[in-house]
Amino acid sequence: MYMNTAADEHAVRPALEAVHLTRRFGSFTAVDAISFSVLPGTIFGLLGPNGAGKSTTIKMLTTLLLPTAGTGRVNGFDIVRQSVDVRRVIGYVPQMLSADGNLTALENLLIFAKLYGIPRAERRERIMEVLAFMGLADVAGVLVRKFSGGMIRRLEIAQSMLHRPPVLFLDEPTVGLDPVARRSVWEHIFRLRTEFGTTILLTTHYMEEAEELCQQVAIMHHGRVVTLGAPADLKGVAGVATLDEAFAHFTGSSIQEGGTYRDAARARRTARHLG
Amino acid sequence: MPHEHAVPHATWVRSCCLTDFVRQSLAVAEADVRKLRHDPTELITRAVQPTLWLLVFGQVMGRLREVPTGSLSYRDFMAPGILAQSVLFISIFYGISIIWERDMGILQKFIASPAPRVALVLGKALSAGVRGLTQAVIVYFLAVVIGINARFGLLNIVGVLFSTILGAAIFSTFSMIVACLVKTRERMMGIGQVLTMPLFFASNAIYPLALMPAWLQVIAKINPLSYQVDLLRALMIEGGQSAFGIGVDLAVQLAVLVVLVGLAARLYPRIVA
Repeated sequence: MYMNTAADEHAVRPALEAVHLTRRFGSFTAVDAISFSVLPGTIFGLLGPNGAGKSTTIKMLTTLLLPTAGTGRVNGFDIVRQSVDVRRVIGYVPQMLSADGNLTALENLLIFAKLYGIPRAERRERIMEVLAFMGLADVAGVLVRKFSGGMIRRLEIAQSMLHRPPVLFLDEPTVGLDPVARRSVWEHIFRLRTEFGTTILLTTHYMEEAEELCQQVAIMHHGRVVTLGAPADLKGVAGVATLDEAFAHFTGSSIQEGGTYRDAARARRTARHLG
Repeated sequence: MPHEHAVPHATWVRSCCLTDFVRQSLAVAEADVRKLRHDPTELITRAVQPTLWLLVFGQVMGRLREVPTGSLSYRDFMAPGILAQSVLFISIFYGISIIWERDMGILQKFIASPAPRVALVLGKALSAGVRGLTQAVIVYFLAVVIGINARFGLLNIVGVLFSTILGAAIFSTFSMIVACLVKTRERMMGIGQVLTMPLFFASNAIYPLALMPAWLQVIAKINPLSYQVDLLRALMIEGGQSAFGIGVDLAVQLAVLVVLVGLAARLYPRIVA
């Protein structure tokens, strides 16, 4: 188990940092000057209910959205000034269903292999490698719309690791999945870390997911990082047995609350697509 | 530490040169072409409209013999206009497909990739062009069936296919710009409806500019569709003449495309924001 000590922080450059990262939409502050840093090889969880600012944070760190103030660094690259460099070193799996259902698994990967400039000679081999890693080798030629929700998620993760990015962003990776599919996705995420040392930032509102996967979590509430640490430490500080209770302790509310109409609509649409 | 081995860095993922740019644009278009190959029903339904215009509208209007089309018969005159029109109809709603892909989450991944925005936009414009090509095939087929005096020289056909792609690229890019601004499918549908007919009627597609009142002629002359039709008429029809000159047709359309692609590339990230 990785321990976050002061000595480590000086020794190793963080793979991922947010520095007073802020995003306002009009008068609404979606993300409010949050700061955190993630060491290489860590699975870092952003925890919070819908509407807490998790997805907005991911959008800024993946350069899809410009911060209103503050900045972030991915593998040492500034997300505002070096956005193209950032895009080269990240993989991103959006919350929504992002594999193309009208293409086969292989075709989905082929398009991205070309987009990321993987040399022609390596494409086939690389594609089969990630398909095998995600347990999808035998359905390579099947149209994705015939896949189950869990298979689609695994394909999307395969797609995001095709160019071997050192940093991976997973936005609600198991939303709408049944428990078996969820566990399978977890296992694959965990193997990414142990086999490739990939740094992973994931957002979730499932406490179980955070406890199972993450070495570090940041609890977000109303756009702020309320607390940050290893799940065990957070439970210790709060003096409770579960992360759910720790969340209630730090935010004063249950994780099930919150979120706007738009968030709820989007979450359900995703669930429907995946289910 | 749980892992001693170095993170495999993506050092070869460097896009610096033209070949990368071309490959990335083609990859975007390839995705669409592959989808069409899996499900070509769209191509068949797309054949209905030009068929109706040429067979029904063209036959009836041709009997009037009132439209001054010079040495061309009315059907010969309008055939390139109908090709341009059906390409316009496909392209002007093209922005809906990027809104759809945004809603699905597909577009986010493209935009989070290192491919330049211009390559992403051009790739989409190109796949609209591929859809446009199918219209060219249909119109040529109909031309043979109903005896339109089409030119079948290799250069003519290549020219027609090229200007079809060019026209589709222009109007699909325009549509993507609108999509980036309005952001929802419903609004996009509405705006597409509002735009198509004026673009079509304020052009030389089914009647010559000389027939129009002066104010409409001015509008028709700033309408890129007029230049597309003019080019197609010269390339496609036996005895067809370009009113503006082929060089002008090409220059105007290429200039419009460059401006639109530049604008769309700037706006493109807004659709996922």
